[in-house]
Amino acid sequence: MPKAVAIVGQIVLYGAFAAFIGYFATYPRYRPIPDDAALIKLSMSHLGGRECRKRTPEELENMPRNMRAPLDCPRHRSDIKLEVDLDGQPLFSTIMQPTGLSKDGVSTVYKRFQLKAGSYRLSVRMNDNLINPGYNHVKEEQITLKPAQVLVIDFNPDKGGLFFRQ
Amino acid sequence: MVICHCYTDASHVSFHASLRSAAQMLFQRIEEFFDRFFGGSSNPLRHLGAMGLYFLWIIVGTGLYLYSVLDTSINGVYNSIGHLTREQWYLGGVLRSLHRYASDAFILVMALHLVREWAYGRYYGFRFYSWVTGVPILWLSYVSGISGYWIVWDRLAQFSAIASTELLDWLPIFSEPAARNFLTPDSISDRFFTMLVFIHLGIPLMLILGLWAHVHRISRVDYLPSRQMMLGTLATLLALALIKPALSDAPADLAMVSTQLRLDWFLLFIHPLTDVTSPAMVWSMLIAATALLFILPFLPHPKAEPVALVDQANCNGCSRCLADCPFAAITMAPHPSRPGYKIAIVAADLCAGCGICAGSCPSSTPFRSQERLVTGIDMPQLSVNDLRQQLEAKLSRLGGRSRIVVFGCSHGAKINALSSTDTAVISLACTAALPPAFVEYALRGGADGVMLASCRSGGCHYRLGERWTDERLNGRREPRLRSKVPLSRVHHLFASDNDNKLLAEALKTFRNRIENQQADDDPLPPYFRRNSYHA
Repeated sequence: MPKAVAIVGQIVLYGAFAAFIGYFATYPRYRPIPDDAALIKLSMSHLGGRECRKRTPEELENMPRNMRAPLDCPRHRSDIKLEVDLDGQPLFSTIMQPTGLSKDGVSTVYKRFQLKAGSYRLSVRMNDNLINPGYNHVKEEQITLKPAQVLVIDFNPDKGGLFFRQ
Repeated sequence: MVICHCYTDASHVSFHASLRSAAQMLFQRIEEFFDRFFGGSSNPLRHLGAMGLYFLWIIVGTGLYLYSVLDTSINGVYNSIGHLTREQWYLGGVLRSLHRYASDAFILVMALHLVREWAYGRYYGFRFYSWVTGVPILWLSYVSGISGYWIVWDRLAQFSAIASTELLDWLPIFSEPAARNFLTPDSISDRFFTMLVFIHLGIPLMLILGLWAHVHRISRVDYLPSRQMMLGTLATLLALALIKPALSDAPADLAMVSTQLRLDWFLLFIHPLTDVTSPAMVWSMLIAATALLFILPFLPHPKAEPVALVDQANCNGCSRCLADCPFAAITMAPHPSRPGYKIAIVAADLCAGCGICAGSCPSSTPFRSQERLVTGIDMPQLSVNDLRQQLEAKLSRLGGRSRIVVFGCSHGAKINALSSTDTAVISLACTAALPPAFVEYALRGGADGVMLASCRSGGCHYRLGERWTDERLNGRREPRLRSKVPLSRVHHLFASDNDNKLLAEALKTFRNRIENQQADDDPLPPYFRRNSYHA
């Protein structure tokens, strides 16, 4: 093959290589969510409750001095019940179990919900100690989601329990 | 002796074998098309491993510069990379683009290398180690590449970080979801980027270590492709960097989600894949694919060739077999019975059975008058003694105006079709298994010409055979073809098993050339072993 033809062939093939790399480095565009959609992220990491018993003075007296804790608490934590409603309709419901072999770790949840941007009535209920009936944490609010916005549902006892963050 | 590459049950060809065969044919056709323009030594498809290493060096070199200007704080990281791209586009921007495109090219050639080696059946037997050590490199490459995208901390980085941690959270390895680290803008701190840079430097270091392990059981590793390939590839990447520079997306904002992304499909395809399937499905696919790669060498495959055997009495410890073995299967040790001498030791699990060592042994000359030729290192499937007997028998039957002996490689062009009254053919596992003295022996034993049909340049089944044969014939490598042998009567052809037409034409041209030569142009005294003392 004449050298000039070989050189032209090489240029064409190197060009095809560059075009292939260059194209798939950014194309085709990927659309993780539609333009008019927004996200609700439900994410919590919380220790469930536990029932502690107050030790009697006699019990404490019989214990070594360095171990006289006034409360006798079981190691395992309670499951956590969580429900999320959107405009009065159930969106998500779960019972979060504590982590760890002894069930003494945090209970966690992480979920993403994609929905159309707009205004919604968001209601979250949580019971972090299932010995007690009902829900000891409730948060309900009218929210407005813009397109591509992320709303986070989280729990932080230092911030008053359940909270929404936009 | 016919070297069998058939499966144990010839009547049943498995789906895997058929698929592999089809893939091999496809690769071969494309490679041969590329040969037209690049030639064998600069054909990128024949040197994918070396290309991958070259891309890695570009990534490392450009990465070191990028690291030197990176500000590893939440705001600083995006701004420092953006500043580099805009204000120093001629250096930092180009290096950034080279870093990205070389990474994509690395992934591409790595994938091609994997599929090509599988297609050519280079994953079992003596190649087992290289195959298995290559599998973790796939994981390390992807972890390195994906973590690199996070460092920019733009919208794409945000998407990849969240998608990756959500995928990881499917595995029961974290007590809290890792994706919680990217919930809100104040979830991450400067320390995150310090850790990220550490990962993006640490994993590639492991990758380089893995690559060292990957190649350390083969000799004469192509650490870099040819100069022509390096220049061509670098020019291509530079042109791409200037035409389409790598740019950041908008800065990350964890309060928002991107609706459109300029995704790098080479590295980040796993995220859309997770979106259209599920984390469980993706992990299942990844684990299944990895397991399949590991078990592939244990699936039915052609039987291994017998390995080379060393003869103590005939090995003089010259180390030529050590120098020529393509798979580092030979080491030298003190000779057990000849003080001061060495002896070749063959590692059976590394030996390909190619016979290149027998071809390199100075004792493999057929001119030795022993009735039974025993050489220093030899192949049980076709010993040099068998080869000499075969050659002598075929020479004695040759007739016609021009008698030609064709030595061919069983992995290359099919030489058996050339057999005729004036053409003798001898098939070898590799043409480099032929000691060059056999060429002279054939010419002095009655042949008018000798043709050697090796694999195409860069396409040797045993990596280096066609190169060693060429160098030996042209006096550039021991054992050399003696200079008194007229090269006009020797033709070395490089042909694949798709080149049978080329082979036939080459033989015809060679025959015409010999027939048009004066018989006394290049006389070689005849030599007949049985009466050699009278010759």
